[in-house]
Amino acid sequence: MITKDNYQQSIKPYQPKPNLIQNCIKAFVVGGLICVVGQGLTVLYMEMFGFTAKEAGNPTITTLILIAAILTGFGVYDKLGQFAGAGSAVPVTGFANSIASAALEHKSEGLVLGVATNMFKLAGSVIVFGTVAAYVVGLIRFTAQTILGS
Amino acid sequence: MIMDFVWAFIVGGSICVIGQLLLDIFKLTPAHVMSLFVVSGAVLDGFSLYDRLIEFAGAGATVPITSFGHSLLHGAMSQAEEHGFLGIAIGIFQLTSAGIASAILFGFIVAVIFKPKG
Repeated sequence: MITKDNYQQSIKPYQPKPNLIQNCIKAFVVGGLICVVGQGLTVLYMEMFGFTAKEAGNPTITTLILIAAILTGFGVYDKLGQFAGAGSAVPVTGFANSIASAALEHKSEGLVLGVATNMFKLAGSVIVFGTVAAYVVGLIRFTAQTILGS
Repeated sequence: MIMDFVWAFIVGGSICVIGQLLLDIFKLTPAHVMSLFVVSGAVLDGFSLYDRLIEFAGAGATVPITSFGHSLLHGAMSQAEEHGFLGIAIGIFQLTSAGIASAILFGFIVAVIFKPKG
């Protein structure tokens, strides 16, 4: 008798086992390389425009987002995602990819109801949880600072 | 200089491995992992730990999505010092504005220009 509960168990022997170590190595190498590209851009902006390390952060992120959006358009980033898993999802390029690919996927439904409405389907959760978390942590920290009178 | 790149590679790669473990072992979806990382970045920054990681790893810490949470809190705190509690809402998107704005703009342009693949 197959129920909802034992179904997952009964199909387990037939499911391909995710190769954990291999996946982690792929994620490490690809994720690491994206960060190395970011480091290269940071150095470039510091040398060329005389930015400090902190000021170079925004142009670096923006450039990475531009590269990721274009690669998404050519369908390259989604292939990279299948190979690298979290290695391409965790860097900020994955955030850009989730926006560009959701927008592109719904293009056939029109610019307003398709592209604009669905753009934040995946990335929305990042912005919502980021904002709520930062707000709560900010309130706690500011209250603590005020009370302790630092 | 070379070591900056090495540490960016190692730290950035390691953060991605944590994400991969969450995907494979705890069966989270990528959206859950990204949300969790943003929250972690904000919490770590609440204890001023994330800045130390950035000093040490450079882009290895600023490129992963955890830095988004860190930037949200940094913007909020800098305005809170000037305007009090109201400043948290004023400043929260101050530092992340460039990233969000460019992601929306480039995402829109890509969707207009390119054709969806398969």
